[in-house]
Amino acid sequence: MPIYSEKVMDHFTNPRNVGEIENADGIGEVGNPVCGDMMTFYIKVKDNRLEDVKYKTFGCGAAIAVSSMVSELAKDKTLEEAMEITPQSVVTELDGLPTIKHHCSNLGAQALHIAIEDYRNKQKLAGGKANG
Amino acid sequence: MKKVYLDNTATTPVLPEVRDAMLPFLGESFGNPSCLHEWGDIPRDAIALAREQVAALIGASPEEIIFTASGTESNNFAIKGLAMAQQKKGKHIVVSAIEHFSVLNSAKTLEKMGFEYSLVPVDKYGVVDPADVRKAIRDDTILVSIMHANGEVGTIEPIKEIAKVTKEKGVIFHTDAVGTTGNIPVDVTEMGVDSLSLAGNMFYGPKGIGALWLKKGTRILPLLDGGIQEGGRRAGTENVAGIVGLGKAAELARIQMPERSAKLVQLRDYLITEMPKKISHVLVTGHPQNRLPGHASFCIEFIEGESMLMLLNAKGVGVTSGSACTSRALQASHVLLAMGLPHEIAQGSLLFGLGIDNKKEDIDYVLEVLPPIVERLRQMSPLYSKFLKQGKGG
Repeated sequence: MPIYSEKVMDHFTNPRNVGEIENADGIGEVGNPVCGDMMTFYIKVKDNRLEDVKYKTFGCGAAIAVSSMVSELAKDKTLEEAMEITPQSVVTELDGLPTIKHHCSNLGAQALHIAIEDYRNKQKLAGGKANG
Repeated sequence: MKKVYLDNTATTPVLPEVRDAMLPFLGESFGNPSCLHEWGDIPRDAIALAREQVAALIGASPEEIIFTASGTESNNFAIKGLAMAQQKKGKHIVVSAIEHFSVLNSAKTLEKMGFEYSLVPVDKYGVVDPADVRKAIRDDTILVSIMHANGEVGTIEPIKEIAKVTKEKGVIFHTDAVGTTGNIPVDVTEMGVDSLSLAGNMFYGPKGIGALWLKKGTRILPLLDGGIQEGGRRAGTENVAGIVGLGKAAELARIQMPERSAKLVQLRDYLITEMPKKISHVLVTGHPQNRLPGHASFCIEFIEGESMLMLLNAKGVGVTSGSACTSRALQASHVLLAMGLPHEIAQGSLLFGLGIDNKKEDIDYVLEVLPPIVERLRQMSPLYSKFLKQGKGG
């Protein structure tokens, strides 16, 4: 039996929403080359919704499939809804991942959350400046 | 879809002649070779023949061959068994940084039992310098283990030169020749070693069978105690079919080696020469010339090995990688790191183990399907976009 589910293979071989967003509202970077997986998520926010989500990923089949799935789950969600995407929910949506891949490769949700935090921090800064 | 198997360093297929030689011992010739009736005679004779065939392949005497269950067992047996048998003389052993885990982890186990070990470094091609072995040997050193060739990068080590050092120092020298035996000439006398491991599935024999050659008069402590099989050095009822298969594979390898090797070197060099023409930012790992005949290994920058492997598999090509993601330990290849490659480059490792069934068309097929895979993965790699931006900036 292949190590990956059909859904993982589908997202790995046809990853959705790959790319970068110019002038992104938020950017989230996770991972390092030592563990073998790196992801950068880019988000565009409009009216508290993720109007666009893109990413670039260096890593194994699982890492790429996870990124693709996270981007699909996150798109058009409110920021609050997107913050509720967890590594576990991504695994479930992908019909499972090999246990060994649960940690390293499953960084997509974290990268997305960091991108949202980045956006919120920028908003605060912008707000602070406006007030000052 | 076209299927191209290029993972012969993981295992070679079993040759039909080898399988045919084995089959009677999975059928009517089922007897236990330790038994004194005619059911025992047939397998006992078959094992004796196989012992001669294996000995002939490596220029040894048949009684110096101990059959084991794998290359891993042979290495465990050599490292632990030789160290244990010599421990009154000292408790220090020397191994290279790029040994197979069956050697490295045996050394670690010995460390827990009160032994010490030193790691000898390698250069950027993965070559051990005999002078470094000399430096690592201490007064209490009892064993040196340096592999004949590395399975991940294909580099062949200067065993003869290292043996001169160990001889002069009076230290036992084991070599892990799992990658080389049956593929390039291995002659234990010419090499000057005291102990050598080999495995059947590296030269068209079956899996689950290996051997340890031990120079006459070398003391070793058995790992498996029991009956007097293998001269009392490795107890347990023999894997008769496996041993017979190993013997047949050894005989075929000895006869066909020049022809096999010439063909493999040609295909290997073709792949190594063409790859950088088709893909930018590729580096060949291991020694450019002094390497195993069918072995071509690369690091492809900005992308990760497992994703390449999976996409190649989708195109019917079977290869392997030393990236962290492909290893169960989730660590990049200790071999590539020991050669000084940074993690991000080691992650892009791709290893082609060519076999005697491969043809030039197979290599052409790889050269056709791999570049679009690399391009696609690079397009989605954050490392590649950083590289492009820096390139433009600089």
